[in-house]
Amino acid sequence: MSKAESTETTDNGVIQSVSGPVVSARDLNARMNDVVYVGDEGLMGEVIEIEGNITTIQVYEETSGVGPGEPVENTGEPLSVDLGPGMLDAIYDGVQRPLDVLEGKMDSPYLDRGVDAPGIDLDEKWEFEPTVEEGDEVARGDVVGVVEETVTIDHKVMVPPDAVEEDETAEVVAIEAGSFDVTETVAELSNGVEVTMRQEWPVREARPTVEKQTPRQPLVSGQRILDGLFPIAKGGTAAIPGPFGSGKTVTQHQLAKYADADIIVYVGCGERGNEMTEVIEDFPELEDPANGNPLMARTSLIANTSNMPVAARESCIYTGITIAEYYRDMGYDVALMADSTSRWAEAMREISSRLEEMPGEEGYPAYLAARLAQFYERAGYFENINGTEGSVSAIGAVSPPGGDFSEPVTQNTLRIVKTFWALDADLAERRHFPSINWNESYSLYKDQLDPWFQEEVAEDWPDKRQWAVDVLDEETELQEIVQLVGKDALPEDQQLTLEVARYLREAYLQQNAFHPVDTYCPPEKTYLMLTTIETFNDEAFAALEAGVPIEEIIDVESAPKINRIGVQEDYEEYIEDLKAEITKELRSLY
Amino acid sequence: MKEYQTITEISGPLVYAEVDEAIGYDEIVEIETAQGDTLRGQVLESSEGLVAIQVFEGTSGIDQNASVRFLGETMKMPVTEDLLGRVLDGSGRPIDGGPEIVPEERQDIVGAAINPYSREYPEEFIETGVSAIDGMNTLVRGQKLPIFSSSGQPHSELAMQIARQASVPEEEEDGEDGSEFAVIFGAMGITQEEANEFMQDFERTGALERSVVFMNLADDPAVERTVTPRMVLTTAEYLAFEKDYHVLVILTDMTNYCEALREIGAAREEVPGRRGYPGYMYTDLAQLYERAGRIEGREGSVTQIPILTMPGDDDTHPIPDLTGYITEGQIYVDPDLNSQGLQPPINVLPSLSRLMDDGIGEGLTREDHADAKDQMFAAYAEGEDLRDLVNIVGREALSELDNKYLDFADAFESEFVDQGFDQNRTIEETLEIGWDLLSMLPKDALNRVDEEFIEEYYREDDSEREIVEAAD
Repeated sequence: MSKAESTETTDNGVIQSVSGPVVSARDLNARMNDVVYVGDEGLMGEVIEIEGNITTIQVYEETSGVGPGEPVENTGEPLSVDLGPGMLDAIYDGVQRPLDVLEGKMDSPYLDRGVDAPGIDLDEKWEFEPTVEEGDEVARGDVVGVVEETVTIDHKVMVPPDAVEEDETAEVVAIEAGSFDVTETVAELSNGVEVTMRQEWPVREARPTVEKQTPRQPLVSGQRILDGLFPIAKGGTAAIPGPFGSGKTVTQHQLAKYADADIIVYVGCGERGNEMTEVIEDFPELEDPANGNPLMARTSLIANTSNMPVAARESCIYTGITIAEYYRDMGYDVALMADSTSRWAEAMREISSRLEEMPGEEGYPAYLAARLAQFYERAGYFENINGTEGSVSAIGAVSPPGGDFSEPVTQNTLRIVKTFWALDADLAERRHFPSINWNESYSLYKDQLDPWFQEEVAEDWPDKRQWAVDVLDEETELQEIVQLVGKDALPEDQQLTLEVARYLREAYLQQNAFHPVDTYCPPEKTYLMLTTIETFNDEAFAALEAGVPIEEIIDVESAPKINRIGVQEDYEEYIEDLKAEITKELRSLY
Repeated sequence: MKEYQTITEISGPLVYAEVDEAIGYDEIVEIETAQGDTLRGQVLESSEGLVAIQVFEGTSGIDQNASVRFLGETMKMPVTEDLLGRVLDGSGRPIDGGPEIVPEERQDIVGAAINPYSREYPEEFIETGVSAIDGMNTLVRGQKLPIFSSSGQPHSELAMQIARQASVPEEEEDGEDGSEFAVIFGAMGITQEEANEFMQDFERTGALERSVVFMNLADDPAVERTVTPRMVLTTAEYLAFEKDYHVLVILTDMTNYCEALREIGAAREEVPGRRGYPGYMYTDLAQLYERAGRIEGREGSVTQIPILTMPGDDDTHPIPDLTGYITEGQIYVDPDLNSQGLQPPINVLPSLSRLMDDGIGEGLTREDHADAKDQMFAAYAEGEDLRDLVNIVGREALSELDNKYLDFADAFESEFVDQGFDQNRTIEETLEIGWDLLSMLPKDALNRVDEEFIEEYYREDDSEREIVEAAD
């Protein structure tokens, strides 16, 4: 954040009391949500309550040693992010301070207090290529030029939304190609506005759009259970709740790695430091499956680990979604992962309790539901103000205490999101990964996404999915009986259904995130895998009908090869051979 | 330094005093009672004219005439390499009768967060010699892996076994004798007897000279427990990141720490969170657990094994629940397995090591480790499930394969897990036993193992199962 350089100080106050991250100040002339600098060290904070002469501030840094009488400085501006080239391939804390720059500035592996750095490098030069000419009329949000931000992404330089009035235009009076830093003017407009590559935007406010549209394209993730059974749309919302150890973070990482979005914003909200380090170390080495470029070239990371100050955890979600909206404005499909929204909610609860607000359910503030809804509503498939279309998909992990989905954060999230991937501790315990429970999960996007899958993959995609769901449902019912009487007491056809369901579970639903091939499964492979299991199903039932004993059918040598489809790189040939082999072997039995 | 005799209110562990100067949040306070005792405390809330102080030793003996001194600095831990071999109380003062500690530095005990950008991802395998951990839930340097236990379980024995046996195999081969390995033991509210067991074990094995022991016992003031782990971790960070030690931190019992937090919260009349624990407990615990790790460019590491006893053996209780969300996995000590006499009674199924996948495999442990582990998990889970069924329908009603799974589960517990608190197994031995067990199942059933490894390690006939025979 770069408020210190860009704004003048207005009326200052004096600290009256300090209690952890909550500081109250006297005589401070501030508005709600203004950013202030607290104490002699200038710790960054935000105004969260004003009562008479007393202003309450949440401080984004550790407050040990800060005492009454120290000054509070007001910047007079709300918490904002710097938007411009340089946000990709960057890693920020919850208030957009770049962590790599902080390391250098502090000359220490620890995060010291009172150190500030702008969110984007103010000195780096970018090659600006105009896309409009002098004399052209531009409206707000219009693209005036591009710079190559990374090998994957062209960053579009836009007229800021507040630079030109709505429904009006301005003439470009000067524009030139060349090498500029983000503070230099790249275009001048007739209304006197000088367009630079850098914009500021308050994080708690959604960037303007024309309208929200119905999403009709899937966000293809390369994860079989997601694409195949519970797809999410580009511009959709999803929640991943699960107890600890059930694989929320691995699922989020897989999505960040393989989802076919243009831009990924990954918000590590109150999570583990080592996990963020893994992302920082892994992503630059991983390839973008779409184009082979480094994954970081399309990724912006926000790492606010659990031991960083709680107020910064509250803001990191907003920082993330504002960055996501900015790239959406350029016409990109952006996917935002927030891991975990429960930590965000708990940060709200912690601050609310320090303010001695009347608590709602389980101590969470009464405005929890409203805040969650506001956040997820900023996702969607939009027509942007410059006429392009772009999307923000929001995928939030939820960490319910004790894995109990009836708690307030999960429940309030479920009321808003349209895709629900329920993680299951039982599945995780038996190392069934991804441990997404197929009975509890759902996607409300299925119907509107089916046309895309029919067009792009196979006409009978929805039918095949329904077949798989039916078999799995039947298995669930049969398992209850098996628990009582044992498998061998079932009629033969039901035993066979269990066998088919087992292949669905072990080969299709399970996917090894750590296997170089299996980690990403294109929709075609997902589809073909399902048809292989269906081939086995059809042939096996035919054999059973012809009087072949169930033991012989189950023992066919070719069937277990279904479990190895996932790890095959040349899957088409393998599957074709396997189908033939299964058919041949089963038919030879009668 | 001013002295005040302005105490206005004393309530539980808290003292409120009027002041006429600015007092910093978290500052250290000394209170001298009329009897001449000096008690220490910390500023919990600082307003103009009034401060709230939490007193570590408890407030008994304090009256309104006691004098209050503000030391003008936050809590510091005097650190030096000479701490190794010493026994200190919960506030870092020596209690072993040894010489005064001459500090090299005095470090703030509220450690700053490590910049995630400066961290190094932990992936060095630590061989604990315990099969259930090494084989199934591998520990790596810089990890925080708690032991979830309950009252009356042998979690201390397990912790001591790990502290005694932990080594990094590669380095031993390189001729480094592991001398830069240090154990820091933080006891919070444990009984004198438990403490004696730890101390005896440390002395018996000669481990004390590479250890620092912090003792806050059950009858020591509860509030002191809130600073003990910070003292421990400050010492650990100093030894790890400035003196290049590989530090293993054992904190026991975190439940007592959380109880102390709750006590202070209640005394301050804060709005309570779940089960009366303060709403900021997640943040507070994170500030402790997140101090484990490795830092790029530094030799040492901090590995944490916090022990917590789950009230009612319930892992949805806020303490284990919040811990599980912060730490990188957990090891469950299971009362049922304990009553069956397994040593250590680790239940591998709910246990987990999140950093395992990057710490095992070719060049680290062995190339078949990941596959073998997955298969053992699946097979043991299957066997566990079938046990319920057997109780209803009997073994005869089950298929041949199901019976094999049942045998596998039994053997897994008796051969693999139950190794005794004194046996130290290499990873090689652990995996060999694993393959002995997996070979009880038909080859086709090993669907999680690469064919190549089945080829290499699967025992075609019983004569190859040497280790189990030898172990018998």
